[in-house]
Amino acid sequence: MSAAASAIETGALVKRGSLRRSRRWALVWSYVFLIMFAVFFLMPPVYMLIMGLKTSAETAAMTNPWWVYHPTLDNFIALLTSRTYLTFFRNSAVISLAVVVISMLIAVPAAFSLGRMKFWGSTTLAAGVFLTYLVPDSLLFIPLFKIMAWVHEHTGITLLNRWWALIIIYPTLTVPFCTWIMIGYFQSIPKELDEAALIDGAGYIQMLTKIFLPVALPGIIAATIFAFTVSWSEFLYPMAFTVSADQLVLPVGIVTTLINGDVYNWGQIMGACLLGAAPPLIIYAFLMDYYIAGLTAGATKG
Amino acid sequence: MANGIAAQPPAVGAGRRMTMQKFMRRRSTTAFALALPLILLISGLVIYPALFAVYLSMLDRTMEHFTGLRNILFLLHFDTFWMVVEQSCIFAISAVFFKALIGFVTSHLVHNLPPKGQRKWRGMLLVPWVIPTAMSAIAWFWLFDPQYSAFNWILHKFGIGPIPWLGVTSWARFSVILVNVWYGAPFFLIMYLAALKSVPEQLYEAAAIDGASWWQKVWYVTLPMMRNIIAITMLFSLIVTFANFDIVRILTAGGPVDTTHVFATWAFSLGIQGNNIPMGASVSLFMLPILGVAAFFILRDINRRGSTA
Repeated sequence: MSAAASAIETGALVKRGSLRRSRRWALVWSYVFLIMFAVFFLMPPVYMLIMGLKTSAETAAMTNPWWVYHPTLDNFIALLTSRTYLTFFRNSAVISLAVVVISMLIAVPAAFSLGRMKFWGSTTLAAGVFLTYLVPDSLLFIPLFKIMAWVHEHTGITLLNRWWALIIIYPTLTVPFCTWIMIGYFQSIPKELDEAALIDGAGYIQMLTKIFLPVALPGIIAATIFAFTVSWSEFLYPMAFTVSADQLVLPVGIVTTLINGDVYNWGQIMGACLLGAAPPLIIYAFLMDYYIAGLTAGATKG
Repeated sequence: MANGIAAQPPAVGAGRRMTMQKFMRRRSTTAFALALPLILLISGLVIYPALFAVYLSMLDRTMEHFTGLRNILFLLHFDTFWMVVEQSCIFAISAVFFKALIGFVTSHLVHNLPPKGQRKWRGMLLVPWVIPTAMSAIAWFWLFDPQYSAFNWILHKFGIGPIPWLGVTSWARFSVILVNVWYGAPFFLIMYLAALKSVPEQLYEAAAIDGASWWQKVWYVTLPMMRNIIAITMLFSLIVTFANFDIVRILTAGGPVDTTHVFATWAFSLGIQGNNIPMGASVSLFMLPILGVAAFFILRDINRRGSTA
């Protein structure tokens, strides 16, 4: 009896030992593969940095492309003192900030109304908002281009080749998804909260500003980040609607102005890409959890 | 509440109902007013342009004469058009497939790690999604460059000859898909990781007691539990990938000889660069069927979720 019991025990021990060992191997393999994926995923930004630190002479000498022998900050200094590049940066920054403000001003009240107040057709509208998010910019840029030309013909207001005109267009990219995120957040707030507010005699606007905004703050941060990153990286609309160097935003500016002529100054181009990618990367580094919450909200909430 | 009203004397009940009605009316007016900017934005800058695109596609090149379906018929007899259709499908389907595959694998790898390290890895692996695509596409362009190419330099060390990454149709198609997968896979990783976290641990324990192997756990527990999120993520990604513009535009601009054009880039080069707006509009309208199918499934999903909630 006791012999059998001890046999079982040793058996269990062996089993447990092998289990632990196999789990450790699984972990080791996980790390091996993750490192491979990380190398693949991080290669372009690292390469931007490597190239940004090189002089044109070093690039042209075709030495090891993965190593910098004489690192220099000249490219970055040249960029940060270049009027053209700073203009791109300013255009991008002003547009993105304005679009964030406009998007939130439209999306938050609308989400409150669709998610909490309900009116005739509000459910259809909520679904419609989500469908609008799926209408891609590549379907709308041609009619929008034509509409902008038409506005110019009939009112004399020039919208084409004006960077500020993008402030009017970009909310089509940001507002639907921001509204959708906010609907999800507002709906997750307990019903008792607004009943209590109504009993205390609060109006709907007060209810929104005093109760819902503070409670849904994480959602607002997530939506703000989303709106900012989308407007910062939008490429098709500015590519189609703006041409002159002083009207361009960063992504288009780097592609069209820095790459012209026969001489590619790749060190500067890569440095420009890295500096241009910095604002979203910095926001992401500090507010990663909100960023990811906004990302997953689309499919898991609502 | 209804019972409470019914139990009260009729006169009071009627008065109550009156204010109730007024209250409801005011409430819905406020609600409508709050949603009005959204409605105006969507109808003015999304629905109207979409319908306007349909009208534009029916004009001739000068945009003065109405030609009906002539542009569409022209496209249907145009070889380049069918090549673009084919390439768009190859591009979108294979890119979404590999994004989903890499996302699935990496999400499991990250999920395997001790909880403390997960955050760090997740943060690192999402970086491609955060960098604006236009900028990372330029970095890729330079990595692919035949003369200074960082890839060919490594391959050369192994004695493999220079690969024309963007210069030959097959390699160029491969390259644009590779970059799209690189950009989109982290999104799948995040979605699948969130889904994995929501699978109750007891299910795996029950499976382990029943003697399920690792594969069986994935096949019978993980996949069924993640089915919804896999479907909806792939659907989203299919739409976005189908409508992709920046990667192809920057890497190849459609070349060599139009073989890597997708709908968006071809519409751009016909409509904006070629100054044939009606033709560009017609090309971009061919994206509608795909969007319609995806919209149908997504709406069904939303409705189903709405009814269970």
